[in-house]
Amino acid sequence: MSQYFLAVNHDEASIAEMETMTVEDMQPMFEAVGAFNEKLRAEGAWLFAGGLQTHDATTVVDNTGEAPVVTDGPFSESKEYLGGFWIIEAADLDAALDWAKQGSRACGGPVEVRPFQEG
Amino acid sequence: MDVIERVYREEFGRVVASLVRRFGDIDVAEDAAGEALLVALERWPVDGVPPNPGAWLTTTAARKAIDKIRRESHRDAKHQAALMISDGTPHEPTGVVDDDRLRLVFTCCHPALAPEARVALTLRLLGGLTVGEIARAFLVPETTMAQRITRAKKKIAGAHIPYRIPEPADLPERVAAVLTVIYLVFNEGYLSTAGGTSVRDDLTAEAIRLARTLRSLLPDDPEVTGLLALMLLTEARRGSRIAGGELVPLHEQDRGGWSRPLIEEGHDLVRACLALGRPGRYQLLAAVNAVHTDAPTAADTDWSQVAALYAHLAALDPGPVVALNRLVAVAELDGPEVALAQVDRLGGPLQGYHPFHVTRAELLRRLGRSAEARTAYDTALALVDNPAETAYLRRRRDQLAG
Repeated sequence: MSQYFLAVNHDEASIAEMETMTVEDMQPMFEAVGAFNEKLRAEGAWLFAGGLQTHDATTVVDNTGEAPVVTDGPFSESKEYLGGFWIIEAADLDAALDWAKQGSRACGGPVEVRPFQEG
Repeated sequence: MDVIERVYREEFGRVVASLVRRFGDIDVAEDAAGEALLVALERWPVDGVPPNPGAWLTTTAARKAIDKIRRESHRDAKHQAALMISDGTPHEPTGVVDDDRLRLVFTCCHPALAPEARVALTLRLLGGLTVGEIARAFLVPETTMAQRITRAKKKIAGAHIPYRIPEPADLPERVAAVLTVIYLVFNEGYLSTAGGTSVRDDLTAEAIRLARTLRSLLPDDPEVTGLLALMLLTEARRGSRIAGGELVPLHEQDRGGWSRPLIEEGHDLVRACLALGRPGRYQLLAAVNAVHTDAPTAADTDWSQVAALYAHLAALDPGPVVALNRLVAVAELDGPEVALAQVDRLGGPLQGYHPFHVTRAELLRRLGRSAEARTAYDTALALVDNPAETAYLRRRRDQLAG
């Protein structure tokens, strides 16, 4: 079995769109993701998952110099920000892609699949 | 080509695929196949070519792979243990279903790999072409091609792209990716896009060989049969396609120079795939080519049939290129004026596609609008890299009246 990181990225446009949505608007998505998470658990593929707060809640810590530096905001200006992710276990990439297809459908956005380093 | 080299190239894909199945590692398989060639080059001139050279190469290569893995201490216990499993599967002789190669084709053409890497990997691992040969075929520096192939192999290993025939539900979509790769290889050989060569016989032959292999594995897939038929009917006209360094258009070709055996085989395959009642892009294109190769002279061409086939194709693939091809038939049926009006309406998306300008030029010529025809030939010439096609278009332009 191999481990894969399934990332859901948000850009400025999708963040702006989400901000106009009410909790009721989002409810079908929450339910679909909840059902998908249940399926991951039931089939033994689930390792971890979570949704992240928007990027303006980010703090950067850099302790590579003489003293640690703490700054507000994301590490670099980027078009896309990680919005949420799953960490799953799957037999191979085809199995991971199959989960990603279901995850993409559930959360309503594209999903990036990256294998973890091994050993 | 030397007999050992020929046998080696014919058997390469089979040997590599068998070793990939056994060792689960493309690099190990490729290196071992290369070492087996060195042994063959030493032994065969003395002992003669063995009766089953594929089995001989596979056995020799497997032994080399095991030696190598034993020498490498960094391999984990799992890998070492895999070696201890004896391989009870006999080597399959030519002609029966070769599952190892099919698995490897699907790996090479996996949608998670970049399209240009799929073509390169397929030619390398199944076709046995060297990295240098593939680089020359696609006119990129050898280091670029080596990086492309290395990167794809790393992704296969790192992301665990499986060596497996896809699940039935995924098969149609995955076969389509394989057919796209094979047709790209064929087209690059049939009308090379740049670099001073007009035709690359080795690439067309390789594409046809891969399609034949795929068909032996998936005999009931009509698009696989359709693509093989399409390539055979195109290849059949090769001998008449270029004369004196100049491309000869279909209606001017010497039909006596067409290969009858390839045409007959192609026609049989077109009938076989259409009989399955699941038409698709390659089958319809093959059927168009069957109509052309069925006509004793260009004047005998059944243009209404060609137009009907393209209309059917347009329903499946509603792009402007298919529409343009249909209008070539419309010009023969309803005259150049009717066709030109419709061609001009396709306009925009085809501005960078040279056949659009060639079609316009030919229609304008037939309408006696020489000045506009000349401009259209010039626009086409600026977009063409193939030397034989350039020579043909220049002559057509220079023959215009006025």
